[in-house]
Amino acid sequence: MSREIVIKTDALTKKFGDFAAVDEISFEVTKGEIFGFLGANGAGKTTAIKMLIGLSRPTSGEATVAGYDLYKETERIKKRIGYMSQKFSLYNDLTPQENIKFFGGIYSLSRKSIKEKTQEILEKLDLVDVANTPVSTIPLGWKQRLAFAVATLHDPEIVFLDEPTGGVDPMVRRQFWETIYEASDNGKTIFVTTHYMDEAEYCHRISIMVAGKIAALDTPDSLKKQFEVESMDEVFVKLVRRNENTTSKISK
Amino acid sequence: MKVFLAFLKKEFYHILRDKRTLLILFIMPVTQVLIFGYAVTNEFKDARIDVLDNSRSPLSREYINHLQSSGHFQLNQSITNYRDIEEGMKAGNSKFALVIPHDFSTDFLAKKQPEVQLLADGSDPNNATTLVQYVNQMSYSFINNKFPNSTQKRSITVSSRMLYNPQLESAYNFIPGVIAMILLIISAMLTSLTIAKEKEQGTMEILLVSPLSPFIIILGKVVPYAILSFINALIILLLGTSIFDVPIRGSIILLLLMCLLYVIVALALGILISTAEDTQQGAMMKSMMGLMLPTMILSGFMFPLSSMPQVLQGLGHIVPATYFIEILKAIMLRGTGLLTIWLSTLVLIGMAIVLLGLAIRNFKIRLQ
Repeated sequence: MSREIVIKTDALTKKFGDFAAVDEISFEVTKGEIFGFLGANGAGKTTAIKMLIGLSRPTSGEATVAGYDLYKETERIKKRIGYMSQKFSLYNDLTPQENIKFFGGIYSLSRKSIKEKTQEILEKLDLVDVANTPVSTIPLGWKQRLAFAVATLHDPEIVFLDEPTGGVDPMVRRQFWETIYEASDNGKTIFVTTHYMDEAEYCHRISIMVAGKIAALDTPDSLKKQFEVESMDEVFVKLVRRNENTTSKISK
Repeated sequence: MKVFLAFLKKEFYHILRDKRTLLILFIMPVTQVLIFGYAVTNEFKDARIDVLDNSRSPLSREYINHLQSSGHFQLNQSITNYRDIEEGMKAGNSKFALVIPHDFSTDFLAKKQPEVQLLADGSDPNNATTLVQYVNQMSYSFINNKFPNSTQKRSITVSSRMLYNPQLESAYNFIPGVIAMILLIISAMLTSLTIAKEKEQGTMEILLVSPLSPFIIILGKVVPYAILSFINALIILLLGTSIFDVPIRGSIILLLLMCLLYVIVALALGILISTAEDTQQGAMMKSMMGLMLPTMILSGFMFPLSSMPQVLQGLGHIVPATYFIEILKAIMLRGTGLLTIWLSTLVLIGMAIVLLGLAIRNFKIRLQ
């Protein structure tokens, strides 16, 4: 199966002083894939995602996103990606409708298409009743799905999700993953970071980051086979242990 | 352009829905003007005065009684020589001293114009001028009462002298000062707050990931506040001229241009603060301590700069408001033009360039 490659990195590195937050990571993501980025807090997930979406400049290494060079064609990349952060960033003092209009506006969508999309999103997310109340008053689960809808408003090729389910209960989390699957079925590539191991199972492929490096990268099933365990949780624990052993050997 | 308008619209939603911002925007300027205005032009009741009566005649005593009958003054003490005048004022016992000349009575009866002397405490210039006016009025009514049917021109000349602050420099100080304060609060503090809020909410990231350029984002954040600052400057000027008779003797266009220049300096300060602070609280603290206090204390708004220690004077000269207040006073009170304010204007332009440069540079660094 020859799939189109939409994200490709080669030894991408970000250093803060002497500390390498992201240390020479190389991977490829293909179109329509749900690519999970796992790791403990501080493993470098967020730094990696920030480099890919242009919020942080890499120290060294190469990368292309949506076929464009990360250093030289940032503006083109920006139009083709969507981003949702762990804060479900919407404007709390604006209503869902106003949020959609605003983000549609800054992505230069036409007035007509903004109107259509607004209607579509409000109906689909069952937000019609609260369309004119400030976002701050609607429940977190709704807010999260609205944030996702807003992040994909301009029909991006790739959607970057930075811990999109933080602080949300499991029930809502599952609902949210249904939304992600739907987007993937529609041909969107999803790049998602998480530290929930159960969520890892939902991804097509996952890379596990430990101390700035990619320690493992494969489908959830093959990873489990490879480590001879039952769940992703155990994969992760084994990986971290192994890494700790090697680093302690080095320091000795 | 359409994108920019969408951005502006959003900003105005933020402003109109935030009670705190609205309060700062529209209530504060008005209350500040009224508070400062009325605090300095208050009616006086029972201001304590010292009297040095060299005439010691029935007429002079009558005159003194008449002054007291107004209710504005109350005799503190009768003194016998000039040296005691300063004593009473320094101790804060009396607001001014009235000196009645030796030949008060004789001059009066000879239909000459007797001259009384007023020595007022000029360190509180607004009070001093008001008191002098009262004495003038009372002297006039004294003559009218005394000689109701007189066709001849009679009058008592009141020659006043200010001790401690002879030029009465800060008479209309407060309007320029309030404008400087309000513009700073709105332009610098509110902008730094609104940018910090975007960071806190995480929406700044979303904006930066979008095709909007950082320049447009910042411009979109500051333009609404620039507009509102300007409207506020107009409101304050209007209040000042209509309620407190503060004159605008110079060119109003020049005045507004100078307001614009100062707003740019303040906005740059606001952006600079917000590049260094990620939380609204931090931004608030920095603008309070770093901007508001120096502006209140070191700009010559509340206390004359010339009476401060060298170090504070030096600090005062890096506060933008110092120059702005100077410019406003020159245009409004003295009616002068660019010829006299070019130096202060250049300093403000210099500050604007340096601060904007720093703000843009810091904003870029944050994106690395």
